[in-house]
Amino acid sequence: MFGYRISRFGSAIVKQLTREGYLSTYWTRTLQRPYGHYLRSSPMVQRQTRTCQQAFFLKNNRFSAFSTTSSDKDDGETEKITIIFVDKDGEETPVKVPIGMSVLEAAHENDIDLEGACEASLACSTCHVIVMDTEYYNKLEEPTDEENDMLDLAFGLTETSRLGCQVIARPELDGVRLAIPSATRNFAVDGFVPKPH
Amino acid sequence: MARYLARHLVSRYLSSSVSSPSLHVCVVGSGPAGFYTAEKLLKAHEGARVDIIDRLPTPFGLVRSGVAPDHPETKIVMNQFSRVAQHERCSFYGNVKLGSDLSLSELRDLYHVVVLAYGAESDRDLGIPGESLNGIHSAREFVWWYNGHPDYSSFKPDLKSSDKAVILGQGNVALDVARILLRPTTELASTDIARHALSALEESSIRKVYLVGRRGPVQAASTAKELREILGIKNLHIRIKETDLSVTPADEEEMKNSRARKRIYELLSKAAAAAGTSKADPDQRELHFVFFRQPARFLESDERRGHVSGVNLEKTILESVGSGKQIAVGTGEFEDLNCSMVLKAIGYKSVPINGLPFDHKKGIVPNVRGRVVSDTSGGISQTEPGLYVCGWLKRGPVGIIATNLYCAEETVGSISEDIGEGICESAKAGSKGLLQLLEKRLVNRVDFRGWEKIDAKEIQLGSERDKPREKFVSWEDLLAAAAN
Repeated sequence: MFGYRISRFGSAIVKQLTREGYLSTYWTRTLQRPYGHYLRSSPMVQRQTRTCQQAFFLKNNRFSAFSTTSSDKDDGETEKITIIFVDKDGEETPVKVPIGMSVLEAAHENDIDLEGACEASLACSTCHVIVMDTEYYNKLEEPTDEENDMLDLAFGLTETSRLGCQVIARPELDGVRLAIPSATRNFAVDGFVPKPH
Repeated sequence: MARYLARHLVSRYLSSSVSSPSLHVCVVGSGPAGFYTAEKLLKAHEGARVDIIDRLPTPFGLVRSGVAPDHPETKIVMNQFSRVAQHERCSFYGNVKLGSDLSLSELRDLYHVVVLAYGAESDRDLGIPGESLNGIHSAREFVWWYNGHPDYSSFKPDLKSSDKAVILGQGNVALDVARILLRPTTELASTDIARHALSALEESSIRKVYLVGRRGPVQAASTAKELREILGIKNLHIRIKETDLSVTPADEEEMKNSRARKRIYELLSKAAAAAGTSKADPDQRELHFVFFRQPARFLESDERRGHVSGVNLEKTILESVGSGKQIAVGTGEFEDLNCSMVLKAIGYKSVPINGLPFDHKKGIVPNVRGRVVSDTSGGISQTEPGLYVCGWLKRGPVGIIATNLYCAEETVGSISEDIGEGICESAKAGSKGLLQLLEKRLVNRVDFRGWEKIDAKEIQLGSERDKPREKFVSWEDLLAAAAN
């Protein structure tokens, strides 16, 4: 209805979204920004961040306070697919997700750092993910008006952006790669365009 | 260079190996900016202790006092913020006012890092004649009133003198106040709207609300969700002039560059097309979108001296000023729009405090990526060590709740770098020092447990009336509920 099908945007988008294209776009932008080097956190802070994040999520995560990360062993009852989360540094984390679970839940179950401020109520855009391969994007159902309204406000919006709470694991999505937009990458220091409130 | 490197490496080693709290942080303001900053600091630094102070006894800032009562999903983020406040290295202290209970310099003496995230509690002015007439208020006051902010419990907007209200501005705050004025009160009765506001709205005679913007539909500042919502309200007649919907090449360009703008325009076009002829129903509620009009002066009533009776509006046209932006320019043609109440939804403004550098033109604290800078007389800015800003005080009063996620990430990034440079080398008193000072000054602080008592009582009272909560709206009631 709103014409966000990738077919319209052709090869330019495909090129941008191939893995190398995505990463090189990110690094180029980071390095070209005047204070680019400030935006990459030091390895020390990153390591602390990772440890603290894990502790924080396990302690406070309302979705899975006590579950460990998904095991590879299939319990024979729920079919699982593989979803690969890609963080802002390009690091890939594959996780096993049962059919029917949303991407947001899957992220929280596996300590992936994906915000969910409104807890899947379609009242925010903090669970924004970018589908990195167009064939997978096209397999998803069109976003509803309500999801598109929230996507309008998402930082780093792309042609293949979706809200993680609205993307549900299905067999045909096995192997899908989802990039979590970098806040620092998209928070333009120069020429920042204020968003409405 | 070698000495810098050595000190850098030593402080990084130290900060990772010290297990007891070594970084004392105070965040001023407990809205989204304050809480996202606290959360990120706690995650990034195992040795950080964060105290969040707020002048209100209740936390969460505009999530509690700004988000409209009929938008409960937007308030769900309070759950996440509560988890931060309950973190073992975090404390919330409400009813503590910076500037009255303690000074900025005292705070900076107590903590290694002070982050000011107290938002924008004042308003932009139009600066036109008649602005001080009765019946003219800022939208912020009206919002705080219906959301039960303790500073506005005795506010009395005049909703009974006529059937018309004018709202200046077409952003989401303008839509919020229009919607609260026009929504059937039976629908509002089951929200957390303040009781005094519900009663006043039940007796309101306002039936026609005019949303006045100085530019066109393509430039309207509201977002799709809110627009879709108000355009879909039952039995609400929408009025948009077809002629206002014609687009220029510059408008097309703006829409091409922003999918949000394009969708807003499409929504308004569809609404204009769908608006049929109105029935002659005197009780019919109407929402008028008035484009290309800017207020020139306010008109005073002849019958009620000192009270507003309308707005004199100047027609405008748009002029391109480069980089795809168009501004409104007056044409010299004027017309009057009568009303008995005007709400100005043209933007908030931050309030400066003693000892804090402030840019009065932009209404923000001057900063570079969250680090507060002061202008020395030579025009060279100097960073204020250990002092940071986040949220509206840093960026201006724009953006949504999630905008603060990224804002906090930037400010915390700056703090982390500065920690690496050794700003937390000297010992600071932190929480202990703050509590001693507050005790000495007999400040009745409300900790998070106190808020939980207020919360539980409000929810209990609300359940008796089929509302999610019944808010306490006076300072006395809030402090009493927190204590028992």
